[in-house]
Amino acid sequence: MRHVFSVRIGPASFRVGSDWRAPVDQLRALYAGYPAPEGGIADYTVRLSATRPWRRFVRPSVAIAGDYMLPDAAPLPLAHGLLAAEMAMNLQLALGERRFLLLHAATVERDGRAIVLTGESGAGKSTLAALLSARGWRLMGDEFALLDPETGLLHAFPRLVSLKNAAIDVVRAALPDARFGPLMAGTPKGDIRHLVPGEAALAAMDQLARPVRLVFPRYGFTPDARPVGAGEAFVRLTQASTNYVALGEQGFDALTRFVRAVPAIAIDYPDAASAIAAIEAEA
Amino acid sequence: MSDAAHLLCRLLAVPETALTLDTGRWGEVITVARAELLIGSLAYRLRGLPLPARVEAILAAAVRSAEEGRRQALWEAEMARRALAPLGCPVILLKGTAFVAAGLDAGQGRHIGDLDILVPRVALDAAETALLAAGWEWVKPDPYDDSYYRRWMHELPPLIHRERDRMIDVHHTILPPTARLTPDTAQLFAAAAPLGNGLSILSPEDMVIHAAIHLFADGDLSGGLRNLWDIDRLVREFTGLDADFLARLAARADLHQAAQVVSRALRAAHLLFDTPVEEGRAERLFDTAARRRLLARDGWGRGTRPATRFAFYVRSHWLRMPPAMLARHLWIKARSRGRRESA
Repeated sequence: MRHVFSVRIGPASFRVGSDWRAPVDQLRALYAGYPAPEGGIADYTVRLSATRPWRRFVRPSVAIAGDYMLPDAAPLPLAHGLLAAEMAMNLQLALGERRFLLLHAATVERDGRAIVLTGESGAGKSTLAALLSARGWRLMGDEFALLDPETGLLHAFPRLVSLKNAAIDVVRAALPDARFGPLMAGTPKGDIRHLVPGEAALAAMDQLARPVRLVFPRYGFTPDARPVGAGEAFVRLTQASTNYVALGEQGFDALTRFVRAVPAIAIDYPDAASAIAAIEAEA
Repeated sequence: MSDAAHLLCRLLAVPETALTLDTGRWGEVITVARAELLIGSLAYRLRGLPLPARVEAILAAAVRSAEEGRRQALWEAEMARRALAPLGCPVILLKGTAFVAAGLDAGQGRHIGDLDILVPRVALDAAETALLAAGWEWVKPDPYDDSYYRRWMHELPPLIHRERDRMIDVHHTILPPTARLTPDTAQLFAAAAPLGNGLSILSPEDMVIHAAIHLFADGDLSGGLRNLWDIDRLVREFTGLDADFLARLAARADLHQAAQVVSRALRAAHLLFDTPVEEGRAERLFDTAARRRLLARDGWGRGTRPATRFAFYVRSHWLRMPPAMLARHLWIKARSRGRRESA
């Protein structure tokens, strides 16, 4: 393809091809500190291509494609090309990854002990992970926790942190020196701006961590905390995993082992400060 | 640029090609192999060769994925067997599920999507009722599509299982009744080989004929490279077991009106995978076009050669139904698409 960018993020590497220069330039700038794929061979290929040949020029429209695709993924305008690239990279892992059990979760780590924050979109995973990283936690990732079925350890996947709407200013206030991507207003998920993980997150991206807490945060409720049993955690994580079924018995074994070993708690919170306090009290 | 797709064929046919492969080409090969659903087959073919570490990791994951796919496909076949057992009719597994159930080379690493089975036409209604009672549901909500399947197709409208989310295609023969060729369905059942668990597979000859028909007498060749790889694997395994296999295949193909389709498939397999068959009389125009279509994918996984693709798409409809019926079908489809878009 015309414009190409390759990058490794933890154990997953990508080759991104694009019909346009702009998304590749943005990726190059934001992923500046990241390594190249090992041996020059990427795990996944992503394509940002025009939905029709003329849509490269007229009202340019980016189709999200790659090795693994959803049949009905809606295209995005070129102004949101960076978002298209990020979505396509996530999709490769979500649909194609078989080395790890993928949990839709943010993960932070300190002293080798990892806290996994999972929940539906809007629960505050990315925001809380970014805020915890401002308090000395290592950001392992805001989208997927990669659970190694052999060891029960977590691999980091510190891609750009996707912040939405009000969270953008909250995180900018907490991390005034951090680098951010361009503000993409009016995307299908609202306003989006990407945070570049700090140097500590990049330097340690190949360090594994043992999960010690599983947290189900919920934003917009009066403060509350209740323990979650292994059975409930198991069921909720099967729904939060993109490849649990595809991994078969291996996925079942990995997940049962995880919920038995890792105590889980559900935290309702009205504002970031109370959530941070509740999470740090667990650690 | 047929380069990457051609390279994939070389690696499948001659795995040692991997030893001299330029590192920069691996990304392209893996992408094409994934796009053609041949990554699992490639992974099995290259097992044991010294490969770059990343490639080994990617292929190891593909092997695990194929193993799990195999297990799930066999389980799905068992679920269908249980649902259909009370009917007391033969149930023949087709395509990928048949290959893995019979332990054939063609099943090694093969991607398996839907479960395809063949039952006698007289048992079709009862089979549908039994499957619906066992948790399968209709997929096609559109009444025209549904009635089209029931009137003109060689299979029931596709059913999906509401809990396992897996599709089943229940065929009563291997080509639509409106198609130009009419395979002898009774012979398919008569020659079928029981697996000993209540399910059967087609005879070796019929299996190759079905794959050839599927490739060149039915669809538009999307996914054709995988079908052709099936044919190479089947032919190599069956000729290895029986020196007269190709002669019996030719005789059997005549019986199913599929002589031309089978020779075309064998020539294409020989051309792309070195399948050891006597080269029959070539049809230069067709053979060249088929090769162009089968390799129409670039190193980014994009489909290329739109004109060739479109030609085979038109051809697939031409083969499937007589012209007047085709015109009516396309008119109804175009109108319903228009309605959907304006809705």
